[in-house]
Amino acid sequence: MPACLRAFALSLLLIAFAGPCFAGAFEDAVAKFANDDFSDTEEAIGVIASSGNPLAYPIISALKDERLFADGDSKKVFIKQDDGKAIDAATGAAVDSLPDSASAVNLNNRLRRTVDAALGGLTLLSPDLATRLAAAQSVFKSHEEAVLPTVEGALAKETNKAAKTALGDARAAILLFKSDASEVDKLEAVATIKARGDQDALAMLSDVGADQPPAVTKAAAAAVASIQSTLAIWSTVQNAWYGLSLGSVLLLAAIGLAITFGVMGVINMAHGEMVMLGAYTTFVVQDVIRTRYGGLFDYSLLIAVPLAFLVSGAVGVLIERSIIRFLYGRPLETLLATWGLSLVLQQAVRTLFGPTNREVGNPSWMSGAFELGQMTITYNRLWILCFTLAVFVILLAMLRFTALGLQMRAVTQNRRMAASMGIATSRVDALTFGLGSGIAGIAGVALSQIDNVSPNLGQSYIIDSFMVVVFGGVGNLWGTLVGAFTLGIANKFLEPVAGAVLGKIAILVLIILFIQKRPRGLFALKGRAVEA
Amino acid sequence: MMDHMLTRSLDRAATTFLIVVAACGILIPLSNLLLPAGSVFHVPTYLVALWGKYVCYAILALSIDLIWGYCGILSLGHGAFFALGGYAMGMYLMRQIGTRGVYGNPMLPDFMVFLNWQKLPWYWYGFDMFPFALLMVVLVPGLLAFCFGWFAFRSRVTGVYLSIITQAMTYALLLGFFRNDFGFGGNNGLTDFKDILGFNVQAEGTRAALFALSCLALIVAFLICRAVVSSKLGKVLIAIRDAESRTRFIGYRVESYKLFVFTLSASMAGVAGALYVPQVGIINPSEFAPGNSIEAVIWVAVGGRGTLIGAALGAVVVNYAKTFFTSGVLAPYWLFMLGAMFVLVTLLLPKGIVGTFNSWWEPFRARGLAEASAAREDGVSEPKMAE
Repeated sequence: MPACLRAFALSLLLIAFAGPCFAGAFEDAVAKFANDDFSDTEEAIGVIASSGNPLAYPIISALKDERLFADGDSKKVFIKQDDGKAIDAATGAAVDSLPDSASAVNLNNRLRRTVDAALGGLTLLSPDLATRLAAAQSVFKSHEEAVLPTVEGALAKETNKAAKTALGDARAAILLFKSDASEVDKLEAVATIKARGDQDALAMLSDVGADQPPAVTKAAAAAVASIQSTLAIWSTVQNAWYGLSLGSVLLLAAIGLAITFGVMGVINMAHGEMVMLGAYTTFVVQDVIRTRYGGLFDYSLLIAVPLAFLVSGAVGVLIERSIIRFLYGRPLETLLATWGLSLVLQQAVRTLFGPTNREVGNPSWMSGAFELGQMTITYNRLWILCFTLAVFVILLAMLRFTALGLQMRAVTQNRRMAASMGIATSRVDALTFGLGSGIAGIAGVALSQIDNVSPNLGQSYIIDSFMVVVFGGVGNLWGTLVGAFTLGIANKFLEPVAGAVLGKIAILVLIILFIQKRPRGLFALKGRAVEA
Repeated sequence: MMDHMLTRSLDRAATTFLIVVAACGILIPLSNLLLPAGSVFHVPTYLVALWGKYVCYAILALSIDLIWGYCGILSLGHGAFFALGGYAMGMYLMRQIGTRGVYGNPMLPDFMVFLNWQKLPWYWYGFDMFPFALLMVVLVPGLLAFCFGWFAFRSRVTGVYLSIITQAMTYALLLGFFRNDFGFGGNNGLTDFKDILGFNVQAEGTRAALFALSCLALIVAFLICRAVVSSKLGKVLIAIRDAESRTRFIGYRVESYKLFVFTLSASMAGVAGALYVPQVGIINPSEFAPGNSIEAVIWVAVGGRGTLIGAALGAVVVNYAKTFFTSGVLAPYWLFMLGAMFVLVTLLLPKGIVGTFNSWWEPFRARGLAEASAAREDGVSEPKMAE
C-alpha cells in the first residue's frame, strides 16, 4: 500500500517538524514547490503546515485555489493575490509582477486531500473559536491521517470545552480509519463517535468496513443501531416542534376568527385580509424606519404590533358599522358580503403597493437559529410561538376580567337580556368585531416574518383558519388553541409519511369526517338550542 | 302525467325564458354558419364560444339555485362538481387525440408519456367510449355529492358549517388535482383537444352545435328544476329551507330530501362542466379554486335566489360584465366592482334582480288576476298548486 506508506512517511515528517521550525527549513520547503513534482509538493505541504510560520496559511490556501505560482528557473514561489498583485511566498515581500516563466503549481486529487487536511490542521490552531470548531469538524469529516499530530497538539493546548470535544471527535475519527491504530484505540474511538450521536457520526460508523478487526466492526454496528434509535427519537421531537410551530401560526391566524366567528357568529371571509393589512402595516413601519430612523430597525416589530392592531381594528369597526350590522342573523349573506369585501381590500392593497411581494426584514433578535440536541430551532419560529401564546393569554384574560369582556360574553349568550341590563349591544358588537380584526392584524405582523407579504397573503390562511375554529368548536377559545396545535402537529407528522400535499388533503378529509361525528367541534358549547 | 306536471309548472315568465333560450340556441348558430361574415346579423365564432361558456355557467347557477334557493343549502364547493364533469369530458377528449399527440402514443395522453408512465391508469379505462364518458359526467359528481351529503346531512351538519366543509372539499380536490401523480395532467390539466365524436372541436360547425346543445341542456335543466320545485317534493324542500327542525318534527326525513336534491344538483353541475370543456378547450385544477365556487354563488344572488330564471340571468349578466370590464381600460377595477357587487347585492338587493322585480310587479299582477277571476265570476276554483 504505497499510499498508506507515503501518508505514514508524511505523518512522521509532520511529527519531526511539529516543534518550532528552525530557520531555513521553511524556505527550503517553499522552494520545493518549484520542482513541479507531486511528491516534493506533498513534502513541502507537510513542512509548511507544521512550521508555525504566519505565511503557512496563505501559501496552502493559495495552493488550493491554484493561486500559487512557481518559477522553475529561479526556484522562486509567488502567491497571486485577489487584487492581481503577487507576493514572494518565502519572504512575504511584495513583487511587482509575476515572471513570465511562472506557472501555477499543479495538484492531483490525492494532493488536494492533503491540502484540505493541512488547511484543517492549520486552522485548528486559530485564535478564533468558531474557526477552530469549524476546522475540527472538517477534520472529523475528512479524517485524514496526516493531521493526527496537529490534532493531538491542538487537543493538548485547547482550553475551551466545546472545541476540546470537537477535537476529540476528530481524533477518534482519524484513529478509527487509521490502519495501524491498535484495537483498543479503535474501540475507544467508536465509543467517542457514538457519544456524538448525529448524522455525521452515523455516516462515519456505517462506513466502517470489513477490513477492520471484528471487535471494531461489531462495536460500530451496535453504535449505528443505537444512534439510529436516538436519531429516530430526535426526529420525532423535531416533527413535534415543527408541528407546534405550524400550530402557533394557525392559532395566530385563527384566534381573531375565533372571536368574530366563534363569539359573534359572524362569518368574516375578509379575516385573511385583516391579517394582510397587519403585514402591510409592518412593511410600512419598516419602510419608514429604513429611510429615516435606521437605528430603530430592531424595534420595528414592537412599533408595528400596536399600529397593526389599530389599523386592522379600525377597518374592522368600519366594516361592522357599515355592512355587517345589517346582516346579523343572516350568516350566509354575511359570508358573501365579506367575501366581496375581501376582494375589494385585496385589490386596494394591490393598487396601492403593487402586486409583487414586499420585503419585510427580520430584526436581528429574530434571525438565526440555535441547536438543541440534534435539532435546529430558528429564533423567528420560537418567538412566534411565544408571541402567539402571549396573545392568547392576554385575550383570554381580557374576556375573563375586563368590563368589555364581560359585556361581550353577556351579549353573546343572551342579546336581549344583555340589552335589558343596559349594555349598549351594538357598541359591544362593533368593539368585538374590531377586537377580532385587530388581533388578525397582530397576526399579520408575526406572519410577515415567515411568509411573503403580498396581497394574497390572507387568502392562504382563510381556509385553514376556518378549519381550526370549526374543528376546535365554535365559541370556545380553548378549543381554538387545542384545534390549532392538533392540526399543526398532525399535519407535520403526516408530511414525512404521505408528502406535504397528500398530508394536507388527508387533514382536510379528516376534518370533514370529524365534523360529521361532532358537528359542533371538539369543545362544543352545551345547550338546549335545536338550531344554532 | 309528466307532461301535465311540466306544463302546470310553467307560468308566463318561465315560458318566455324558455322561448328566449330556444331562440338563442337556434338563431345564433344559424347566423354564425349561414350568414356571410360581413352581414350585420353575423355572429362571429369567438362570440359563439363565449356565449356558450355563459350558457354553461347558467346551468351551474341553476344547480346552485336549486339547492340554495329552494333548500337553503349553501354549497361553496359546487365548482368541484362542475370541474369533475369537465374532467370526465376532458378525459374522453384526451383519448380521442390518439396518435396525433406530440409523442404520438396511441394509448397514453402526452403528459403521461412525458411523466414516463408505461400504461394507462385503471380510472382512464372506458373513457375512449363517448357513452361511458357521458355516464361518468353525471355519475362522478353525483356519487361524490351523494357520499358527501350522506355523511353531512345525516349528522345534521347545516348552515355555515356545511358551507365551510364544502369549501374544504373543493380545496382538497384542488390540491389533489395539482399533483402530477394523480394522473390528470397536474398543473396543466387536460388540453390540446382534437375531436369530439369525430368532429373537429375547433371547427365552426362543431362550436355552433355545442352552443345549441348547451342551450338545449339549459332548457332541460330548467324544466327539471321547475318540475322539482313545483312538485310536492319542492314544497317539502321549501319547508326545510324555512324551518328545518319543524319539518323534521312533522315527520319528514329531512336528510333524504336534502340528499336527493343535492345529488341532482351536483349531476347538473357536472353536465355544465362537460359542455364547458370542449367549448373552452381546456380544463385545469384552477376550476376547483374555492373562489370560483363562491363567485358562482354570487351570480345566483345577483339574479335572484329561489327564482331559477334569476340564477341563469345572473350568471349571464355577471359574466358578461366580467368579460366587458376585464378586457377594457377598467380591468384593474373589475375586482372592486365584483367585490362591491357582493356587498351591495346582499345589503340592498337581497332578492336579486328577478326577485326584486317580482315583488315590485306582484301588486299589478295580483290586481290583474283578481279582475280576471272577477270577470269569470264563480267558475271552477283555481288550483292552488302552482306558485
